[in-house]
Amino acid sequence: MLIVVSSPGWPEVRESFFYGPEFRESLPDIASAFTRNVRLFLIAEVFILVFGLLLAILRSLPGPVFFPLRLLSAAYTDVFRGIPTILLIFLLGFGAPALDLQGVPNSPFFWGVVTLVLVYSAYVAEVYRAGIESVHPSQEAAARSLGLNRAQALRYVVVPQAVRRVVPPLLNDFIGLQKDTALVALIGPVEAFRQSQIEVAGAFNYTPYVATAAIFLALTIPMTRFTDWLIARNRRRELARA
Amino acid sequence: MKQALRLENVHKSFGRVEVLRGIDLDVAEHEVVCLIGASGSGKSTLLRCVNLIEPIDEGRIVVAGEEITARGVDVNRVRRRIGIVFQAFNLFPHMSVLANVTLAPRKALRLPRARAEEEADALLARFGLADKRDEYPDRLSGGQQQRVAIVRALAMRPALLLLDEVTSALDPELVGEVLNVIRELAAEGMTMVIATHEMTFAREIADRVCFLDAGVILEQGPPQELFASPREPRTRQFLQRIIDAGRL
Repeated sequence: MLIVVSSPGWPEVRESFFYGPEFRESLPDIASAFTRNVRLFLIAEVFILVFGLLLAILRSLPGPVFFPLRLLSAAYTDVFRGIPTILLIFLLGFGAPALDLQGVPNSPFFWGVVTLVLVYSAYVAEVYRAGIESVHPSQEAAARSLGLNRAQALRYVVVPQAVRRVVPPLLNDFIGLQKDTALVALIGPVEAFRQSQIEVAGAFNYTPYVATAAIFLALTIPMTRFTDWLIARNRRRELARA
Repeated sequence: MKQALRLENVHKSFGRVEVLRGIDLDVAEHEVVCLIGASGSGKSTLLRCVNLIEPIDEGRIVVAGEEITARGVDVNRVRRRIGIVFQAFNLFPHMSVLANVTLAPRKALRLPRARAEEEADALLARFGLADKRDEYPDRLSGGQQQRVAIVRALAMRPALLLLDEVTSALDPELVGEVLNVIRELAAEGMTMVIATHEMTFAREIADRVCFLDAGVILEQGPPQELFASPREPRTRQFLQRIIDAGRL
């Protein structure tokens, strides 16, 4: 901090990045563009949570019969965790609309959501899987011994316990998702980051970037604190139980 | 007497370890059979095989005239008639006592919720757990948890109840309340196969005691006979160790 403030270039940087009037002027426009980020991550998160759980369940099915499904799920997570998000946004954002598929929207917003769902469901599937594997096999055995079938044991006994345990890491990925909505700007939709670029270009001043960062932080910091609080609470409960 | 359970030449291996090496056992309706023997002698595995938690490698298991180890048997239907209670209770920690007890009747037997809860309440009341119906398992003592686990199994109205060392994980002062529940069940004629280390209890409650050694039933008979005058040297040795440990 001190190094930054005492650096020879600081006065100039302060003028171009932390210019009060520009901050106040650009903030409302960026904030209203930010509602598009909120829509992006809220819509995406719903699909991510459902799709990720489905992938994790496929991956945890036992026996040789389900081998192809397990393989498919594993391949999916490998591929979509392995491709940089920004690359996938370009590929889908520019490539998919060119296919001219019947009944599939061409809007960059739509393909932005699709990309985020593909990438984040791969991460979230792994989180769920860790949760499912952390539930002791005796729980499933107890459920099955009562005459519940495998799907019922999973639905009523294993998955509810698994999900409870992985809420903090799920929130972590949710925070990552919120930030990555800015990447969708690169294929067109005017969200907060794109709006700040427009403001920067109009004012010859970088302050709008800082304003955008402030808006993101206003959302992600409370989320992070909340996640930490949940982790601490879970830990207290575990200790109380032991 | 009608036959409740029959095991014929049952073999079971885990990898290269053969845990059950040809088990033959008949249990009549309303009979209480206790399985005794050292840890690792195959008691638990035997019970888990009867409940089809573990598939057997050879032999057959017949419950009330139906071969449950035959191909194409619906394991879920079989398990609904055979209750099992585990050493570690295995209650569902995310559910209240009432939800633990009513889950299987509602989902596996498709009882309406009101009916399932009514029956669960009656069972809980019978075993002194009425005031615990809305508690979560981690708020209960070990003895209460195990009683709930027994009630959970009974809620399925099983024709046969398997108890796998149900008092082994309990503090000594909590053993009594669980044994009382089992006594009550025996008195009303529940068919039970009980794996246990509680020799005094086995002697008191069992119609027949089976001594398992290295995966076979080495010796069986009425408790007064088996405990007083065991024929096999291995049985004698085992009982002597129990007596030396002050457990009989």
